[in-house]
Amino acid sequence: MSANSRQKRRQQETDGNEIILLDNVSKTYSTGAPALNGVTLSINKGEFVFIVGDSGSGKSTLIKLLLRELTATSGTVRVMGADLARIRHGKIPRFRRNLGIVFQDFRLLKDRNVYENVAFAQRIVETPSREIRKNVPSILATVGLAGKYKARPKQLSGGEQQRVALARALVNKPAILLADEPTGNLDPKNSWEIMKLLEEINETGTTVLVVTHNREIVNAMQKRVITMKKGVVVSDEEMGVYIDEED
Amino acid sequence: MYISMKRISTLFYTLAQGFRSIFRNKWFSLASVATIGACLFLFGIFYAVISNFQNIVKNAEKGVSVTVFFDAGLGEDQMKQIGDLISQRPEVSETRFVSADEAWEGFRGDYFEGYNDGFTENPLANCANYEVYLSDVSLQGALVTYIESIEGVRRVRHSELTATMLTGVNLLIGYVSLGIIAILLAVSIFLISNTVTIGISVRKEEINIMKYIGATDFFVRAPFVVEGMLIGLIGAVIPLGAIYFLYQYVLEYIAGRFATLSGLLNFLSIREIFGTLGPVALGIGVGIGFLGSFTTVRKHLRV
Repeated sequence: MSANSRQKRRQQETDGNEIILLDNVSKTYSTGAPALNGVTLSINKGEFVFIVGDSGSGKSTLIKLLLRELTATSGTVRVMGADLARIRHGKIPRFRRNLGIVFQDFRLLKDRNVYENVAFAQRIVETPSREIRKNVPSILATVGLAGKYKARPKQLSGGEQQRVALARALVNKPAILLADEPTGNLDPKNSWEIMKLLEEINETGTTVLVVTHNREIVNAMQKRVITMKKGVVVSDEEMGVYIDEED
Repeated sequence: MYISMKRISTLFYTLAQGFRSIFRNKWFSLASVATIGACLFLFGIFYAVISNFQNIVKNAEKGVSVTVFFDAGLGEDQMKQIGDLISQRPEVSETRFVSADEAWEGFRGDYFEGYNDGFTENPLANCANYEVYLSDVSLQGALVTYIESIEGVRRVRHSELTATMLTGVNLLIGYVSLGIIAILLAVSIFLISNTVTIGISVRKEEINIMKYIGATDFFVRAPFVVEGMLIGLIGAVIPLGAIYFLYQYVLEYIAGRFATLSGLLNFLSIREIFGTLGPVALGIGVGIGFLGSFTTVRKHLRV
């Protein structure tokens, strides 16, 4: 099959059910070995996928590529049918509005309260104030923080802060939720609560990608697991388990 | 209609965020206002002093005149014709004809008051003259050469030294003020942009978060720019207010304390000073606030 026809076939697949497609993607920084080396994978709409691997395995680079913070050195990254290398700088914000993003360190605006942190995401997409006043309390209720809308981030526990981040990521109803080590700073109880929330979000049709080190959660949740090592995908299993480097 | 409503809503949100940011980051705001204020205060004081100095020299220049004497026997009509020729010159601001009688009256009044009965004729019969005042003292040489070449002119009395000195002082003030203004501006821009850079670098994370969520460059930048311009505006208004009161106080103090000098020293009014200083200081404050925030935020937008 020629490169052109292969591309065409993949395009058709993307138009169908694939929401994320990486085709032979490599990323090399100016110094050091490639962070990603010939990665090919596809994720369908509505899937729940864990991406696991040790430090330096390329997980963070993968997330950055999906966010279009970086562009691939070679290969194609497609998200919702769009070739990310072809998105101009000015169009990146509109593209990112399709994604919800949750970080390990929550990344809340510290000088604003819970309500303002979530409303901020709606302001960006120019949602009318009337709708913001309706949507924000609703999403805060979904993540169990309806009563804490006036609190500042520093007045909340780690689990609560991550719920705020989750509410902010979800309030614009993104097609894809990227969670980069969402339980990395949380105790087991809060970690499980966040994972349950992510599962509930996934059940509403949102594609969820979780980068994690949490073996217990990965093994217990019985979801698709993509394992990365030194920039390549070493395993991709439906209902997979956490694979250690030495395994 | 819906789109423009959204734009208006975003505009108000941006303005409100700019205002709020000033209070949220009060230490940064205070540092920036203090830096801009201190620089513009120095600038304003310097401007007021230099403007007054220039004004005093200008007034001194106005008093510099050349006196034109005519050949003996020349009629008053002919003198006035020559006077008309002189007053058409661009170097001339004003001319005044002094007849022989007026010249003697003035001289007698100054030197022979009470002892003037012995004079039966006008000893200054041939001393009718024109006092010619200059628009620019540095052009005195050219004017004197011209007047001396006119037929009927006997002598042109002038002080080369005064003209040269005043021209020199004028040039010196010009160069010194240009130099000091350039240094002050350079230092101000450096200090202010440094303060703004530090203030915004601290908020780099905030900018990153906004960009990750999908904020456009405009949406991220606009509140910072509004904040920068407001800080610049406040940083200009405070020193302007201080200079306003200080200037009036100093004028009153000098007028009260050195009343005898009031004839010599003509200070500019506060309105004259602020006619230029006000818009310039506000422009510098707001301009630096705008440029500082605009360029610094741009560095962090590539996320």
